[in-house]
Parts: sequence; C-alpha cells; structure tokens
Amino acid sequence: MEFLNGLVFLTNFVIVPALAYGAQLAIGALGVTLVYAILRFSNFAHGDTMAFGTAVTIKVTAVLVAMGITLGPLPTALLAMPVGILATGLLVLGTDWLIYKFYRQQKAKPVILVIVSLGVMFVMNGLTRVFIGVRDIQFADGARFLMTVRQFKDWTGLDEGLAIKTTQAITLVTAAITVAALFWFLNKTRTGKSMRAFSDNEDLALLSGIDPDRVVRVTWLIVAALATIAGVLYGLDKSFKAFTYFQLLLPIFAAAIVGGIGNPVGAIAGGFLIAFAEVTVTYPLKKVLTYWLPDGMGPDGLVQLLSGDYKFAVSFMILLIVLLFKPTGLFKGQNI
Amino acid sequence: MTDNPYRDDRGNNDRSITKSGGGVAQPVTSGQSSPAPGTPFLIGDAMTGGYGKGPDILHSCTIAVEPGEIAVIVGPNGAGKSTAMKAMFGMLDVRSGRVMLDGEDITALSPQQRVVKGMGFVPQTHNIFTSMTVEENLEMGAFIRRDDFRDTMAQIYDLFPILKEKRLQPAGELSGGQRQQVAVGRALMTKPKVLMLDEPTAGVSPIVMDELFDRIIEVARTGIPILMVEQNARQALEIADKAYVLVQGANAHTGTGKELLANPEVRRSFLGG
Repeated sequence: MEFLNGLVFLTNFVIVPALAYGAQLAIGALGVTLVYAILRFSNFAHGDTMAFGTAVTIKVTAVLVAMGITLGPLPTALLAMPVGILATGLLVLGTDWLIYKFYRQQKAKPVILVIVSLGVMFVMNGLTRVFIGVRDIQFADGARFLMTVRQFKDWTGLDEGLAIKTTQAITLVTAAITVAALFWFLNKTRTGKSMRAFSDNEDLALLSGIDPDRVVRVTWLIVAALATIAGVLYGLDKSFKAFTYFQLLLPIFAAAIVGGIGNPVGAIAGGFLIAFAEVTVTYPLKKVLTYWLPDGMGPDGLVQLLSGDYKFAVSFMILLIVLLFKPTGLFKGQNI
Repeated sequence: MTDNPYRDDRGNNDRSITKSGGGVAQPVTSGQSSPAPGTPFLIGDAMTGGYGKGPDILHSCTIAVEPGEIAVIVGPNGAGKSTAMKAMFGMLDVRSGRVMLDGEDITALSPQQRVVKGMGFVPQTHNIFTSMTVEENLEMGAFIRRDDFRDTMAQIYDLFPILKEKRLQPAGELSGGQRQQVAVGRALMTKPKVLMLDEPTAGVSPIVMDELFDRIIEVARTGIPILMVEQNARQALEIADKAYVLVQGANAHTGTGKELLANPEVRRSFLGG
C-alpha cells in the first residue's frame, strides 16, 4: 500500500506531466531535426514559429467560440489548429522565399544560416507579439479533467490521488497520431523517401532527378504543421506566452541533439528524456521517498534537487554532456 | 566516409556534379540538344577542357562507345581518365569539342538533363544513399520514372542476387562490393541507354573486384553499352571491346582490349612489362 501510494504520487506529479511535456518537446524537436536534416541548419526561429502558429490558433479559437462553435468536452483549439497550421505554413514558405532561398543559392555555410535564422527569430518574435500581445493567455476550454483526484481515490481507495487533465490526454493522443503520420510519410511515400534521399546525399538525389525546391517546400510545410501542433499542445497544457515559447527553444534543441539531430526517432526519445530529467530534478520528491523508504528513514528536506526556476539548467547540462561525449547523440544522428 | 563526428561528410563532396560554381569543375548549365545524325552511339568528340579557370586537362580527347560494347578508359594517374568521363557527363564544361548521344548533340545539356536523355552515371564515391534500404536506393534511382518500374527492379535483382537478399537492409551496412552493386543497380533503374562507371572497383579486394567485373560483363550482355574508367588496367583491358589509353589528357592509344594488351609500348609504359 505504501509502495502503491508512492507510485501514484510519483505518477501524478512527475510521470504524467513529464509524459505530456515530453510529447510536446518531441514534436517540437521533430521540426528542428527535419530542418537540420534537409535544409542543413539549426533553425533558431523554431520556438517563435511555434508561438506564431499557436497565436493564430488562439485567435481563430476565440472567433469560433464567439460564434458558438465548440468541440464539447474537447478544447476548441483543436478545431482551430488547421487554420493555424495553414497560416504558419504560409509564413515559413514566405520566409524561405524571402530569406533562406537567397542563402541557399549562395551555398552559404550552415553557420551563416544559423545566424540568419536568429534574425528570423527576432522578427517572428516581434510579429507574434504585435499580433497577439505579450500577456499570458489561457485558451483551453471544454472538460478540464479526464479523471479527477476524487474519482481516482473513490475508485481505488488509495490515500494518494491521480488526476489526468484532458489536455495531457489530448497531448499524448495527438502526439502519437502526428508521429505515426510523419513516419508513415517519410518511410512509405515517394515524396517522403525523396526527402530522406535528399537528406542522405544531396548530390546523388539531384542526379536521381529529385527536385530540390519541392523537397524544401514540403519540408517547410511539415515543419510548420509540427511547430503549430507542438505549440498548441503546450499552450493548452500550460498557457500561451510569446516569451515562454522563445525559451522552449533550449529544451527543444537539447532534445533534438541528445537524440541525434537529423534523426526523427532520436528527436522523440530526446524529447522524453529531457522532459523526464527536467521534471524529476525540479520536483520535491520527499513524499515519494517517505512512502518508499522504511519508517523513520524518510528525508527531512524536500529532496528538490533544483529549484523550478533553474529548470533550463537541466537541458543545458544534458546538452553539454552529450556534445562533449557523444556529439552524434544517442541515436546516430548527423554531426553538429 | 569518415567516422570523425566533427567532420561534415554529406553528399559526395563533388559539388561539380550538380551545382554550378560550387566546386572546381564548372558543370554545363541546362541548354538544348540538337540532332547530330551519323555519329557513334555515344561520343565525346575532340574534347578540350579543364577545371574552373585552370589549365586544360583534356587535349582534344575523343572517347566513343557503340551499342553492345564495353569501352574502358585506362591510363596512368593524373592522365585525365575521370575528367574525360565527367566531361562526357556534363560535369565539366568542355571548351571545345562536342558530346553526342544516340544521334543527338547533348553538349549543352546539364548532367540532370543527360540522365533524362538516357545516361546512367555511377560516381566513384558516395554513390549510394547509405541510410536508406537497398530497395529504397533502387526506387530513388527510378525517381524520374512515373511508370511501373517493378520489372526493372526484378531484372536488377536477377543481375545482382545478393541485393534481393539484402533488399530491406540499409545500404550503408553492406560491404564495399555490395555497395558498388547497389550503386550500379541504382543507375540502371532509369533504363539508361548507356552506363558510365567511374572506377567501380576502387577500394575493393581482388576477389570482389573479379566478381564486380563479372557482374559488369553481365550488365553489358543485357545490351547496355558501358563506358568505364579503371585503375586496374590489365583486368579492364581483358574485358574491353574498345579501350582508350589516355596520357596527359590526350588519346595515346586506341584499340580493342586485346590489341592494347599485346601492344609492347602499352605493356612497357604502364602494364608493368
């Protein structure tokens, strides 16, 4: 009983939130990794692409709700998301046409493109703030919980409760569908395979008659979709704030690099790894240990290894360790 | 192909294949072909050219292949063998001379356009998609085809049975000889009118080399003319219907493989007596 109570407590406060956060990071990291694999640069504007897609989705959600259209127990934002994806797709295609295309034609080195994307990041950042403001916005509606603490306690009779938020469940389901669709696309369709071929050996891909412009366009559209989905899921689960999304860049890049940048499987594994590390290290584990350790051996302190304000340090440390000892990441990715 | 994770190893590092101005060689930018009746099936006629603004490497060099033939280009190091082949494929712009394929002047066509016209080219290195399976490599070879290419794939599996066995394995996990078979198979997927191989046996063991030569002869028996650059001059001359010995970018000797093997001057100068 003691053990089960401890496990439920851990699940409620660490495992479930980390799973949801990990799924959000994983989808974000997939976008970063795709840009890296195919366009060959680290896209620093990815966090703000997510913010833009989410901002559009929020606006459309507001319009839908005002018109009385909702999804019942599900957040209306899911209905608005396709519009957000479309708008973000147009934005990134426009950005590519206006900015990245020039550098591609110059055959600029990846490091130059990284700095270019930094500039794009600032512009998109400003664009999003002008569009929706800098406030913290809650836009989740519908049912708040799939399972409440009270229901769980009544059902199991345990002392500790487990709550599952609707947004957490939606995050995991949406992430699973998104990842399955992406892998199906990359591995089974002609266009997806041509993208992988282009990523593997650009010259040979061109010799085989693969159109590089088309590969780039399709990549940006997929990246826009991934960014919007990741952003909306994160915003639903927590809240939307332009600055928070900019900060998400670090854990997302850490996730992509830990997994092996350019490798989609690695991005997913990295997302969950970073999320679990972050949540575990910043959550006070006193209660779990009190349950699990024999009587009287429970810790006196909170056993919170790092204050929540320092959560970015976790990503940063993992990033440093991986870059020092295994620069290609856990799953063999491309080189930084 | 390096294991050093700090090094960039993308592409085959020969930007000249596909991009203008990226590498030292200046590839032909896209243009129009014009009819040129009455010429050999594939001929690089009196080609003169070099890399970038550098000096000429090819001096009025002529290479021709007729249907059903295996033609090889041999010669000492730095003789311009690969350069001659690249010039015929449009990877470097010839300053004078013409390239004709199947009665058409293709001198002004880019490498990609030449692939569409029926040239199959296997680069010396980085000639496969290492992260993709053998079957996907072949599919990518057939990318320009919108028709059903399953029978072509079946033919290639007949030619290279080992590839059928390993068709679901990433090509990067195969041995050197098997990789070359994937590379040749990929080029054959377009059903090319002529197949050009740049040192197909570079870096493989002698046993694998013999097997590769056997396979190449088999490909030639299916009726596809083959033009090949080879380091291993003796073996290459043995299977060649026509052979070109290049010295300093110019034709030194031309004849059938047997003639050149018997030629005392060729033997003395670079077959080792």
